[in-house]
Amino acid sequence: MSTWSRNRNGRAGKAGDASVAAALAVAATGLLVGGLALAFFWAPEDADQGFSQKIFYIHVPIALTAYACFIVGAWKALRLLGTRDRRYDLESYTAIHMGVIFGLLTLVTGSIWAKVSWGQWWTWGERQLVLFLILFLFYSSYFMLRYSTDPGPRRERNSAVYALFGVVLIPVSFLAVRIAGTILHPTIFTHKGANLPGTMLVSVAVCFAGMLTLAATLYRVELAGKRIDASLRELRELLA
Amino acid sequence: MTTSEKYVTAAYLVLLGALLAYLLIIALKVGRLEQELADLARAAREKRGG
Repeated sequence: MSTWSRNRNGRAGKAGDASVAAALAVAATGLLVGGLALAFFWAPEDADQGFSQKIFYIHVPIALTAYACFIVGAWKALRLLGTRDRRYDLESYTAIHMGVIFGLLTLVTGSIWAKVSWGQWWTWGERQLVLFLILFLFYSSYFMLRYSTDPGPRRERNSAVYALFGVVLIPVSFLAVRIAGTILHPTIFTHKGANLPGTMLVSVAVCFAGMLTLAATLYRVELAGKRIDASLRELRELLA
Repeated sequence: MTTSEKYVTAAYLVLLGALLAYLLIIALKVGRLEQELADLARAAREKRGG
């Protein structure tokens, strides 16, 4: 392949990336606005919790998106270990970065909901909350591990192994509420199906699709930024 | 505004605030990258010029 065609394809690829990110941003906005409109104007108010249950339509999608980001991060880490392709390191790191942001938002929105529903910001008695906190702290520590070693294959391998270990906590955290039979934290999806009316289920599903699309948009923007950063660093070293 | 409404508003504002903060961080990053690129372009021109 000639230099010219490589450049041409490279530019076309970058323009394609930007178009995909723009399309994702538009889709995320539409889905989130639509989902929240359904949540506020179509889904009924919860008989027990009343209006405060509306937090559910952002809290649950944010939490599920955090899990999805950590799973993507672990999947990219697995691809790195399998192929030794360095681009997966940056992709895994970016997905975990997104997961930690969504994880923090889960804890904050959950705390606000807990305060209005249970009368306390946090309770150590709920296993699902504690396990989610452990998962969040585990992935927050990923950055400390990553930046405690010099850039290179060793750091990439260590980070990938750490990302893979964390993913084990996801099914434990997700299933904890079902196994533990908790009193306070509600269980939405049971082995008998969804534990809420169809209107609420559709509304939360649209919000979840919107949140996932938002995460995909942010992931692409963040990844592009990190790639530009890496290219500039390389260019600086070449010019030095 | 009832207590429930206040808490629901707060939760949604947290999400909106996070998005705006992220937008601000990205805007600052783009500005920094633009500056770095300009510096590198200048360094490359100087190197080529002698």
